[in-house]
Amino acid sequence: MKNTVKNATRSFNSLLAATTLILCCATFGVSAAERFDFGLTPSKDEIATIDIDIMPDGRALPRGSGNAVLGRTLYDAKCAACHGAELEGISEAGASALIGGRGSIGTPQTKKTVESFWPYATTLFDYVRRAMPFNEPGSLEDAEVYALTAYILYRGNIIGEKVEMNAGSLAKVQMPNRDGFIPDARPDVLNYRKGIAKRP
Amino acid sequence: MELDKMTSPDIERNTAYPDTSELEFDDGIRSWFQAMRDVENRAILEKKAESDDCPCREGMFPDGGTNRRTLLMGGAAAISGALLSGQAQAKTPPGAIQFDVARDPTKQQGRPTHDDGGYGSRSQFEDDVRWRFPTKTRVSSWTMTPLADSHGIITPSGLHFERHHGGIPTIDPASHTLTVHGMVERARKYSMSDLKRFPSLTRISFIECSGNGLTEFKQPYLKTVQGTHGLTSNSEWTGVPLSTILNEVGVSDGAAWILAEGSDAAVMTRSVPIDKAMDDALLCYAQNGEAIRPEQGYPLRLVLPGFEGNTHIKWLRRLEISDKPFMTREETSKYTDVLDNGKARQFSLTMEAKSVITFPSGEMKLPGAGFYEITGLAWTGRGHIERVEITTDGGQSWQEAKLQTPVLSMSHTRFRFPWKWDGKPALIASRCIDETGYVQPTIAELNKVRGVNGHPKFASIYHNNGIMAWSIDASGRVKNAAHAV
Repeated sequence: MKNTVKNATRSFNSLLAATTLILCCATFGVSAAERFDFGLTPSKDEIATIDIDIMPDGRALPRGSGNAVLGRTLYDAKCAACHGAELEGISEAGASALIGGRGSIGTPQTKKTVESFWPYATTLFDYVRRAMPFNEPGSLEDAEVYALTAYILYRGNIIGEKVEMNAGSLAKVQMPNRDGFIPDARPDVLNYRKGIAKRP
Repeated sequence: MELDKMTSPDIERNTAYPDTSELEFDDGIRSWFQAMRDVENRAILEKKAESDDCPCREGMFPDGGTNRRTLLMGGAAAISGALLSGQAQAKTPPGAIQFDVARDPTKQQGRPTHDDGGYGSRSQFEDDVRWRFPTKTRVSSWTMTPLADSHGIITPSGLHFERHHGGIPTIDPASHTLTVHGMVERARKYSMSDLKRFPSLTRISFIECSGNGLTEFKQPYLKTVQGTHGLTSNSEWTGVPLSTILNEVGVSDGAAWILAEGSDAAVMTRSVPIDKAMDDALLCYAQNGEAIRPEQGYPLRLVLPGFEGNTHIKWLRRLEISDKPFMTREETSKYTDVLDNGKARQFSLTMEAKSVITFPSGEMKLPGAGFYEITGLAWTGRGHIERVEITTDGGQSWQEAKLQTPVLSMSHTRFRFPWKWDGKPALIASRCIDETGYVQPTIAELNKVRGVNGHPKFASIYHNNGIMAWSIDASGRVKNAAHAV
């Protein structure tokens, strides 16, 4: 992870050099150390209400727990209409397949699903909680999100049916394509024109 | 079977599209692809119907030859009334108001001043519109900017392309807030009034969806420049530099990424490198001199000049500072570029140098040999465009185009090239060079280094900045000739 960050950051440094840094504070005679102090200090509760993201280390995972057995019931009731009874996806509904395609990435039959492509189980929890079900986004209880996450992972042959997903276990799930990502390597076609400018 | 099911009965098939039926698509891809052609064809047919009615259009757009009366009568079964019947004359274009046309406007008074209530509209004779891609749901969908008739460098706000994942929220600015927290000395919450008190900054910059041109990666697919390049737009943006806000909250040592989160039903999230946030990121409340349009993020949008469109989070409600990227759905399962070795490039944020000829372009018809001004747009996420070159002989020779000044960093740049067409078949294309010396590559060069298996049909999907060619036959018809140069 650290390498990913470092490499990605390095390419942005070149961008920084090529662009004018505008410090509007200086224009107004306010030094960088000074502050305008507009706005308010939000309470911890105010932040907690909207601080819903979950990172790969699972640091902000909420309380609650769920497994695939409960998840199946929830899935059939709230998800299957769009994603299909077998999690196969229904193009008519605009909903993608959630499982299958493992090992297909980069072949002519590339099929991106949670099982074949998603690098982190925490992202699945995060996305389901923030944006699903499509007709009622943000309506699920945390325990329900754990259960649905468990069911999708179970159907993708990533965890067992009875395995509980919770704040302790979710971030430890090893996704099949966990190591499938590399930092941006562009520019990747290096037809640089001499005499125009220096390469980044 | 699936193809038939997906085909709208009310759209006339245009046989000029390449036959792709032998390619093995899964149902979703096939319907996606066909639907895209259908919406383009529909727009072309509408344009044709209009031009046949209106000799004022100079015969350049669209490729004529279709008689509107024939379409309406003979094609009545194939083309539904909703599409064409009477639409060209009777239907007021979006954004316009229909008025009676005076026989001689010098012989009667015009409309009273301020009759529009104080907010103007465009002419009833101008009908350029964004196309919506016919996704199954209209709340997760996108539209494309009509570049063929574009002038200068600014995209009218009402024609700026859109991509929504959970519809367009209606947000009252009086209750909207931006919360900034995480690895900071002190978290802060700002109302829109608070944000407008800070020193502001105005700049012009493009926003381009990194999926712009994905249909053309493997072969020429769509017909018009709106279809092949319409996911880029250029606006003047005004707001507060994000660096100002970061100074207010005091970023902690070790902070490297910022999560930006929208207040739509998708609660859209992307991670932004802190270098970019400190450099030129803008928290924007205005576009082209007025408040941002709702579909562009009203009341607050994060603008990251030169970065891929998805990172320009609309309806911005929260910024969280962290030491690591957040690995959201949009930066893992989407907006990553799968290579043939099975690895996917992640955080491919910079839009690389790209250009396209907007006139003449696909589905236009040149009325005859003679003078034409070739024109188009060039842009780069690595600063400003240094040079644009034009070929009219399929890439055998290239000549420098004139750039419209001022040439702005991270902005669309208009280029022009005077051309005397000899009436013989021609193959035209543009290529640009940015301030780093990077030369816009061919699509073949991109596919060579990235592979073509990232998607069964769309190769690596994102970041197609390859050279776009148009062919012109002896009759003046202009066609998509992607890959020909």
